[in-house]
Amino acid sequence: MDVEKAIQELKEQVEQRPGPENKLTMIVMSGELDKHLAALIIATGAAAMGMKVVLFYTFWGTAALRDYKKKAKNKNLIEKMFGIMLPRGNRRLILSKMHMMGAGTAMIKALMKKKKVAGLDEMYEMAAAMGVQIYVCEMSMDLMGMKMEEMIDYPGMKSAGVATMLADAKESAMQLFI
Amino acid sequence: MADYTVTRTLDYKGLACPMPIVKTSMEIPKIAVGDVVEILTTDPGSIADFPAWAKTTGHAILEIKQEPGLIRIYVKRQK
Repeated sequence: MDVEKAIQELKEQVEQRPGPENKLTMIVMSGELDKHLAALIIATGAAAMGMKVVLFYTFWGTAALRDYKKKAKNKNLIEKMFGIMLPRGNRRLILSKMHMMGAGTAMIKALMKKKKVAGLDEMYEMAAAMGVQIYVCEMSMDLMGMKMEEMIDYPGMKSAGVATMLADAKESAMQLFI
Repeated sequence: MADYTVTRTLDYKGLACPMPIVKTSMEIPKIAVGDVVEILTTDPGSIADFPAWAKTTGHAILEIKQEPGLIRIYVKRQK
């Protein structure tokens, strides 16, 4: 057996392993309230644990970042239709189970208030204060006709592509997909 | 009994996971290294969560006192 070759192979394997950086990269693809809550609880928790946190919102996830007070101009008919069909911000998200035509979601929201579980608005505030980076998938936004001007005011939020996410994910000690 | 003086008390009563940890981690940089904060919480998850948080962030949990309906956690900033 060629020792040098074996060492070279081992070296390559080590280099391919997820990076050692104390960082969490999370892909937020789902569009439901429960999954967004989980994403933000993990993100703020990880930031509290001293980790750098990068959230990459894509596909159904992006609509949660819309600001219900803002409207984007210059949309064509299909983009306008998508705009109406998709939830306008996190307050319009529904549960993935037990939505029950709105009753289930309303009940969970009431329980969250009663038990003082932080809502998504408060979570975004916390995340921003702790420097959690949010990227929004450029392609998803373009596909569904969403524009940055209709998104919430979140410090440092940028649109980006898959390479940005992969570069972050590769050097992160933890990668999650929600 | 532990020998320390509490410099600040943080009242997180009623708040649910992850807020006690999140808010504590935001307050720790505001106290001096070596100072001790007292955290008041009603979240039972905090009993497991604070030691885990301290282990990862390098701070020290000096004591966790459980009273009926209230948990007191004493955290020392280590760095």
